[in-house]
Amino acid sequence: MTNRPIRRRQTSTTGTRTAAKAEAGHNRSLAGVGGRFRTAWRSERPHAAAAMATAIRVVNQLRRDHRTLALILLMPPGILALFRYVYDAHPAIFARIGAPLLGIFPLVIMFVVTSIAMLRERRTGTLERLMTLPIAKIDILAGYALAFGAVAVVQTVVAVAIGVGLLDVHTHGHTTALAALAILAALFGMAFGLFVSAFARTEFQAVQFMPALLFPQLILGGLFAPRDEFPRVLEIVSDILPLSYVYDAVVRALAGDSSGLFWRDVGIIAGATVVALLLGAATLRRRTR
Amino acid sequence: MNTVTNSAVDDFKDSAGPSGDAIEIDELMVRFGSRDILRSITARVAFGRITGLLGPSGAGKTTLMRVIVGVQRFTAGRVRVLGRPAGAPELRHAVGYVTQAPSVYADLTVTENLRYFARLVGVDQTRIDDILTLVDLRTQAHQLAGTLSGGELSRASLAIALLGKPKLLVLDEPTVGLDPLLRRSLWRTFHDLAADGVTLLVSTHVMDEADRCDDLMLLRDGQVLAAGTGVELRERAHAATIEDAFLTLAGATP
Repeated sequence: MTNRPIRRRQTSTTGTRTAAKAEAGHNRSLAGVGGRFRTAWRSERPHAAAAMATAIRVVNQLRRDHRTLALILLMPPGILALFRYVYDAHPAIFARIGAPLLGIFPLVIMFVVTSIAMLRERRTGTLERLMTLPIAKIDILAGYALAFGAVAVVQTVVAVAIGVGLLDVHTHGHTTALAALAILAALFGMAFGLFVSAFARTEFQAVQFMPALLFPQLILGGLFAPRDEFPRVLEIVSDILPLSYVYDAVVRALAGDSSGLFWRDVGIIAGATVVALLLGAATLRRRTR
Repeated sequence: MNTVTNSAVDDFKDSAGPSGDAIEIDELMVRFGSRDILRSITARVAFGRITGLLGPSGAGKTTLMRVIVGVQRFTAGRVRVLGRPAGAPELRHAVGYVTQAPSVYADLTVTENLRYFARLVGVDQTRIDDILTLVDLRTQAHQLAGTLSGGELSRASLAIALLGKPKLLVLDEPTVGLDPLLRRSLWRTFHDLAADGVTLLVSTHVMDEADRCDDLMLLRDGQVLAAGTGVELRERAHAATIEDAFLTLAGATP
């Protein structure tokens, strides 16, 4: 995506350099020039070490924030417990929604946490500093993805263990599939959060993106009522919302359905994650205003 | 990741234009909507010297610096930094930028901050130790940046910019809010860096800091009022101090 303009810029700089060298009457070997340009190119190219350094930095920041960590880990099982006892007299309802809720909680929390984290990076000037340094934009996002991906794995394992072990969530023997889907969904939530943070100017706006952008998806996703019973317009809308496919995939996984339709759902969630990350990278501008 | 070696830095000097200046700005314009922030700025910043960017707040100092480090879009003009167009990717190894508000991670220690940025610019732990000594933050090395005092925080921000041994340092009001003692020690650091061949562009609205700069550029309302050494500017305005010179020159060009 970014390759073409960079190559063009390189060529033009080579021209200027050569001219400048001729002017100055310098007689240095061209190999040195090539080496310099490979270095320059590397600064724009995705670089695993830069992404890893960023991931370590983000984890270090989170590690210090004990309250946030506690909320991330304990909120999903806590809310699930509420559902479990609110429907104490209607076990059939909890049997239907328990597992999908487990699949969706990590997504919601990762969305909120990452959108605020990225907004903070923008507002404290550290993002601008990064933009003046040799790090590719996608490496910043990849670093976030690695760090919050790891957090999402821990969060999901805790939530699923408590949900299945203590709260009688029925997974019909497909616990691993449910956990894997929850992690995949959490990655989507994270990528989506990174992307939308670009549209928030203040923390007040960012926190409201959760109810504004996720609640409608939750309501239309099939958790509360089957999607095919919606009015036609809402059904069409629900067809284009990623959360609908998370719900469908969880329902199919619990039914032991590993057909093409299940994998199509998984593919759509993964695709939406990649698209959100790329859109997120596009919102990071080296030059602003 | 590659460390910027001295030979690579020399490469930048060789590739500068015929005038041999570190920064060359021609007819630069920056407009936000209908507001002109910078109107046709033409200026030069010499290699290995400290150039002070002076002017009242709102004069366009920060915008000009942001253009030079390549994070500010501009409407028209030509800006070359170390012989490259401003913002060229290869400049990211050679230009250090310190924003007005310290941009460090408040929830990391000073060392953790430095370690992260060191990985990005490709320098090692010894460099981190050297920098901590240089900015006098050794005792605060393992303190959370969020708990540092204002002066310590701006030195931490400066430390990050120094990590990659930049050839050009752009510092936006680095001494604001510092006590006189600290201010003097920071300026000593700047002079040491310049003696090592680093080019510094330092903005300030404190006129008495002008005397510490080799060259001065007076900015007002997005225009360069005057540029030259302190002595030149005082003579031109027949003024005893830079502050008086500024006032005279500002009055002469309404």
